Amino acid sequence: MTDSARSFLAGVRSELPLLIGVFPFGLIYGASASASGLPPAVAQAMSAVVFAGAAQFIAAQLMHSGAPAAVVILTIAVVNLRHVLYSASVAPYVERLPLRWRGWLAYLLTDEAYAVTIVHYETSGMTPTGHWFFLGAGASLWTTWQLSTALGIILGTTVPAAWPLDFAVPLTFIALVMPTLIDRPAAMAALSAGVISMLARALPYQSGLMLAALAGIGVGMILEPAK
Amino acid sequence: MNIWLVILIGGLLTYAMRLSFIYFLARLAVPGILRRALRFVPPAVLTAIVLPELMAPAGSFDFSVGNHRLLAGGLAVLVAWRTKSVLATILAGMLVLAALQLAM
Repeated sequence: MTDSARSFLAGVRSELPLLIGVFPFGLIYGASASASGLPPAVAQAMSAVVFAGAAQFIAAQLMHSGAPAAVVILTIAVVNLRHVLYSASVAPYVERLPLRWRGWLAYLLTDEAYAVTIVHYETSGMTPTGHWFFLGAGASLWTTWQLSTALGIILGTTVPAAWPLDFAVPLTFIALVMPTLIDRPAAMAALSAGVISMLARALPYQSGLMLAALAGIGVGMILEPAK
Repeated sequence: MNIWLVILIGGLLTYAMRLSFIYFLARLAVPGILRRALRFVPPAVLTAIVLPELMAPAGSFDFSVGNHRLLAGGLAVLVAWRTKSVLATILAGMLVLAALQLAM
């Protein structure tokens, strides 16, 4: 097996635990989108074009309630703002790649692909085939998201909601965040972001998440000794 | 406006945000202050996503023993800290959550 294939498979393997939680999330999205009257082709296309779970849920609800197009578009943009932070965070590791690679990896830059990829890069560093890890994590998530959306649309409201499989996603984030708390500035960045996110969770368009992340980053930078 | 157009524009905006720094960082000299900020993105964002899901799973704060996700998540933090294993963390958290839901 080539180094590229090995790296790709390592990315898929790291993403697997998250897929346990993403699959039911996609099922529920597909089911609720079709229950809210979105045509199946539109619900499926949104999973491919927008490709961001939380934004898709909210957009489907807004469309269902007849919100103006500009409001739906603005909401998608604001809910997805955190991807700018992800982009900045992975950029130093992919900046030498050809534009074609960067273009595809950007498309695959979701919460779940970002989380496993950045932890991999920060712990193992960037290798000559490191971009294949990112591709493996992103592509396996993409495939799972499209399939689970389709299945949710087909099954409709017969999907059982009692199984708490969605909990696998925050559990994975817990496992991924612990090794990043390597010093006091990082731990305080996490703690302050977490507290603000809880207090600001009711703000519209999930803007509390963005506010919390920026505040946490600011706290970390203030506490970091100047070099 | 056409529903397809709404999705297309929403998707293009999302893609533009995902591509933003991945595209520009290769062409611009990035100020040191931004580079210093980046290492705090994973701890800040991941914790900001997780904590409300543990402390307020149904939307409002719930610090009672009836909040199974808080108990299971708290145990998962310990397992993650001790084992550094994603799989062990998920298994521990899911098993505790399932056991609590069955028992109550």
